[in-house]
Amino acid sequence: MIMRWQLAYPFQPIPIIGGLLGDARAPGGIMLPEFYNQLGAMHGTIMVFLGVVPLAVGGFGNFVLPLQIGAPDMAFPKLNMLSYWSFFLGGVVMFSSFFVPGGAANSGWTSYAPLSIFATTGQTLWLVGMIFLITSSLLGSVNFIVTTIQLRAPGMSFMRLPFFVWAQLVTAFLLLLAFPPLEAAGVLQLMDRVAGTSFFMPSGLVYADSPVDVSGGGTPLLWQHLFWFLAHPEVYVLILPAIGIVVEILANNTRKPIWGYRILVGSLIFLGFMSFVVWAHHMFLTGMGTTMSSFFQTTTMIISIPSVVVLSALFLTLYGASIRFTTPMLFALAFIPMFGIGGLTGLPLGLSAPDLHLHDTYYVIGHFHYVVAPGTLLALFGGIYYWFPKATGRKMNDLLGKIHFWGSFIAINVVFMPMFIQGLSGMNRRMADGGLEYSMNQDVLVWNTVISMAAWALGLFQIPFIFNFFWSIKKGERVGNNPWKATTLEWQAPSPPPHGNFLTPPQVYRGPYEYSVPGAQTDFVMQGEAGGPNNAEPAKV
Amino acid sequence: MEIPYIVEKRADTGLNNVKLGIWLFLASEVMLFGALFSSYVLLRLMAIDWPEGSAVLNVPMGTFNTVVLITSSVTMVMAYASLKMDNLSGFKKYMAATIGLSLLFMVVKGFEYSHEFDIGNFPATSTYLAIYFTMTGFHALHIIGGVIVNTYFLFPGSKMWVTNKQQFINRIEAAGLYWHFVDLVWIFLFPILYLT
Amino acid sequence: MSTDVQAHIKLYKKIGVALMVLTVVTVLASKIPVGVALGVVLALIIATVKGSLVVTYFMHLVEERKSICWMLLLTAFFFIVLIFIPILGYLDHTGKPMTLPNANAPVAEETTH
Repeated sequence: MIMRWQLAYPFQPIPIIGGLLGDARAPGGIMLPEFYNQLGAMHGTIMVFLGVVPLAVGGFGNFVLPLQIGAPDMAFPKLNMLSYWSFFLGGVVMFSSFFVPGGAANSGWTSYAPLSIFATTGQTLWLVGMIFLITSSLLGSVNFIVTTIQLRAPGMSFMRLPFFVWAQLVTAFLLLLAFPPLEAAGVLQLMDRVAGTSFFMPSGLVYADSPVDVSGGGTPLLWQHLFWFLAHPEVYVLILPAIGIVVEILANNTRKPIWGYRILVGSLIFLGFMSFVVWAHHMFLTGMGTTMSSFFQTTTMIISIPSVVVLSALFLTLYGASIRFTTPMLFALAFIPMFGIGGLTGLPLGLSAPDLHLHDTYYVIGHFHYVVAPGTLLALFGGIYYWFPKATGRKMNDLLGKIHFWGSFIAINVVFMPMFIQGLSGMNRRMADGGLEYSMNQDVLVWNTVISMAAWALGLFQIPFIFNFFWSIKKGERVGNNPWKATTLEWQAPSPPPHGNFLTPPQVYRGPYEYSVPGAQTDFVMQGEAGGPNNAEPAKV
Repeated sequence: MEIPYIVEKRADTGLNNVKLGIWLFLASEVMLFGALFSSYVLLRLMAIDWPEGSAVLNVPMGTFNTVVLITSSVTMVMAYASLKMDNLSGFKKYMAATIGLSLLFMVVKGFEYSHEFDIGNFPATSTYLAIYFTMTGFHALHIIGGVIVNTYFLFPGSKMWVTNKQQFINRIEAAGLYWHFVDLVWIFLFPILYLT
Repeated sequence: MSTDVQAHIKLYKKIGVALMVLTVVTVLASKIPVGVALGVVLALIIATVKGSLVVTYFMHLVEERKSICWMLLLTAFFFIVLIFIPILGYLDHTGKPMTLPNANAPVAEETTH
């Protein structure tokens, strides 16, 4: 939020907080550009690696996945603990980097060499922190895959898995295979910074008017290749669990099965596979040549197909549905157009010709925030409202939930939509003065103030949520095991689940979304309930 | 409820948890070394000059180390086979040999590194040396990790032979898979760095 | 079962010997005077043969479930992607170091390997 102050009112003292930041960061309360850059780099890093991934994968995954497959626990509890503490340590290192001389990493969350090689100590801490965080994700992903494959309850065949589980499974594979190159690259960058190697330092580099004293022979492009090899699958890691959550909530609140389960699973797997071969669409402007650009442009266009299929399936699920507008459903419904906007705005970025104009502008910021903030974050909120009763045995307050939803939904759109306008007019990203210096930006500078106001409003609307969350733990309305009348296995377990998750080992008889089955007594039939319609003998498990 | 399939195999997948887990972990390690090999390829392609491995490094020492590591792979698999034949002392003998050979590998590596430092060859000196030290350094870290795990299984861990025989065998199998992987990496590293 | 293991042990010893022999072959092959590119290819072929022996027999992949094999093949595919796709951008610049266009940059000689 203080970044938004700087952008809306460049070089004016930040109210209240300005005095607290200290002279190294904001003398006289006015943010230094170096500090702005630190905030930029760390905002990205923290949101992605310490925010969304731990919440969506670590948080929701670890809690919901074993319950949904009928398992007593994750396959490797000690490994899980190791993964958590590695994450914790990584977080401590990351946050501590703000307090070293020179401040935190300030070369963008992308840490491009050679800028990052010359950066202050904070960058070294960033690299060390990343190594811990990556290790945490790797250990976690092994756990997820083994759990999903090995610990499914009897009768839970792969095609009876709730879609959320499929999403987490593919996400885990992405984490498993894509993260290690970044770990290696991080060590290479550490070597460049600390041991004076030249993995990413080209020959003949001159810094601050003097030639740099390194052996040379490296290339900054190596860093970019290795970084984006991870970072592209990483963005699918950010979105897939959210899609999984949305599917669960949609099926439950439309009282009908999700449209096209098999197609969705196929698209998910295809998407996961393709995500490994699109990475250099982040590098169209590096001069890598038309062969590379054409290759990656093509694969990027191909990967948009499964995304469209998924979005269409979500949308088609609404057709003929009896929609219950519960709080989680509001968030899940909002996800659909938000992800649509995010995805569609990605298309000009994925084609190398328009990307020439749009690369590194606010258009990009608008695009990826749309997918992650109005997209994933809204879905995660929905998930919190949805599974809160399972975790605590109480429901969150509905009115506060709806206030939270509407305020956030409107504010978040006002924050990110104008960024497309700014980007299309050529306004670059990562500028501490908000684009003040460039003549092409003058017409769109006014949006900075609008966006900042909306961002502060967005912040304010989280207060009802935070209050609601903590208050409801103690004082929320008590509910039984299955307040949403859902079908998947987790709703059979007690709320909150005890050690071992279930009181009796579950047995699965049917698919995950048996809502409104013709001839059934109720409009939902639970997956683990014996008898009743669509009661298939358990598969050969 | 207990976590199932820790020891016994699940019917439809035919795997126990540890085996699946270790193979997944090894897959991620393939990608880790893949990034390093990728860096090697790119750096070498872009270099004006790149020394012949044999001009900089000691090929006989490297070959000796290769033989040592392959032998340690054989002793490792023999340790596992001994357990399957209910021969605990055979296991201990072979595991000790594996650890001993690994340490020998590290000693030779130590000689190689200190020789390089003595003549002023540091990672910062050239990209060839940078990638050499980094790749062999990563590999050495993996060897140290393996030594720690194997030593644990040789001494305190072997108590599990008494309490849960099959689980212990599974664990040794997993440790073996890891160890063979470390050997596998070296089989590729050696010719690339030393011989080309 | 014991005889089964005994058969395996015989196999392990044979593979061990094969690996040693192939190591010698590797070193000898490196002495053949071919260009760097061909030398690397040759070295990689021999290394792949050795590696396959380790994976198939020491790591028991030959008797392992198909699903593990598929997972490894997928990994191998991505491994190859990671190594070879970035080269595509440099095929016309082999031997040209990455220099930044500034006045003090030394001009590199254009030699190809």
